[in-house]
Amino acid sequence: MLELKSLDAGYGSFQALFGVDLDVKAGEAVGVIGPNGAGKTTLMRVISGLIRPTRGTIGMEGVDVVATPAHLIVGLGIAHVPENRRLFPRLTVEDNLKMGAYMPKARAKYAERLEFVFDLFPRMKERRNQMAGTLSGGEQQMCAIGRALMSDPKLLLLDEPSAGLAPVVVQQVFELVRRIRSGGLTVLIVEQNVQQVLKVVDRAYLLEAGTIRASGSAAEMLESDTVKQAYLGV
Amino acid sequence: MQSFLEAFDIFLLEAVLNGILLGGLLALLALGLNLIFGVIDVTWICYAELVMIGMYGMYFLVQYYGLSYWVAAPAAIVLVALLGALLHWLVIEPLLSAAPINQLLATGGVLFVLQSFATVAFGIDFRNLGIRLPVLSFADMHLSYSRLLAFAAALVGMIVVYLFMTRTYTGTAIRAIAQDRQIMALMGVDTKRIYLVTSALGGALAGLAACLLVLQYDVHPFVGLSFGPITFLICVLGGLGNFVGGFVAAFLFAEIISLGGLFSDLEWGYVLAFAFFIVMMFVRPAGLLARRS
Repeated sequence: MLELKSLDAGYGSFQALFGVDLDVKAGEAVGVIGPNGAGKTTLMRVISGLIRPTRGTIGMEGVDVVATPAHLIVGLGIAHVPENRRLFPRLTVEDNLKMGAYMPKARAKYAERLEFVFDLFPRMKERRNQMAGTLSGGEQQMCAIGRALMSDPKLLLLDEPSAGLAPVVVQQVFELVRRIRSGGLTVLIVEQNVQQVLKVVDRAYLLEAGTIRASGSAAEMLESDTVKQAYLGV
Repeated sequence: MQSFLEAFDIFLLEAVLNGILLGGLLALLALGLNLIFGVIDVTWICYAELVMIGMYGMYFLVQYYGLSYWVAAPAAIVLVALLGALLHWLVIEPLLSAAPINQLLATGGVLFVLQSFATVAFGIDFRNLGIRLPVLSFADMHLSYSRLLAFAAALVGMIVVYLFMTRTYTGTAIRAIAQDRQIMALMGVDTKRIYLVTSALGGALAGLAACLLVLQYDVHPFVGLSFGPITFLICVLGGLGNFVGGFVAAFLFAEIISLGGLFSDLEWGYVLAFAFFIVMMFVRPAGLLARRS
């Protein structure tokens, strides 16, 4: 479904990604793990068009993502839940969700999508008229994921969904990821919480200093010495 | 003594009512400027000059082409809306990532360009529509119909903008973009298009103000100076980009002007209003309704 080939990207003269190859097949959940500053967020931003690669290709179901204007990439079925959630704090929960359905294709299905999101997160229905900035951290993450789901995506990009949340809430978020993917949605998830993320994904890549150091099934990664030593503290 | 008090109260009431009527118009002007600042983060110093062009538009459409006021008004609103979009496209967009001072100087430059253009093209004569609306008199009070009409139209204009901003996708995007412009692409929003729509909307509000002001004031190339600075001060007093703050500040300013003028000359009302502004800048520099962080 999503295919990245020898991708370079960065900010100005600073290069963050070096020749990254990565693919995600339909229906899969794929994780990208790695330390702070490895380029994980950059990777997500390149896929959703917030920054452009300096080299390499990105294909989404055969469409050239690099050649697609940034605001039309969500129309290809890629929805990005950005790092730190990035909700519109002074818009209500419902207006935040409405923004997720801004694409003409999504507007037509607004009522249906809203019901879907409210089914998934009944809490959001209760808080629909509340300013998003007043939600708790966990609720904000639900709202951010809900906003992304409003566009009826095929591929969901999750950037550090557990960051800044209390341990109990982290559990809930991963439970949520499991539920979302059981609904058939393809998920690419970036996480520092390696132990947790390897429980919900099928495969994972290890990204270090902007390059892919290792990849394999979740079970293989859990057993891999590199991962064990560096991230699982074993 | 009794009759003196009664007369005094009537004058006071009349001044309060006139203040409210003026407040509506000032709130409309402030809304346009606040919209542009809140969304695009640029101050159109030349905002009142767009109003001036709109007033000339009304003058020529009505006096020269003989159109009725009601036909000319929508045409003038569209004209100034296009002018707003043009201003954004030609001047603001190339400067979006420039330093704020450069953007300010650029729109300041547009101010002088528009003033000079109007002077060259239309001369320095004072012109008016030649429409005199009657004065409504009741209970010894005199309220001009042109002010009542301006107040009502300004109110309707603001309600329409409110509904647009809260009920439509584009309006919601305009509010969202002011809060986080970097992630708008993730929502499928074309930021450039939203900026252009916002600029046109800001222009349309200037156009509406022009249609209403031209009923009360003569138009000349420097007419913008009589309400440009005050509009700017209202926006700053309310907190630049804060719609509700601007609304409150507009009525506060209008009442100070109107009531200040009651006890002395009208000019004293303006002096008091500006003095109030300066004091408030010490007390609440971020605006009346500034958010506390």
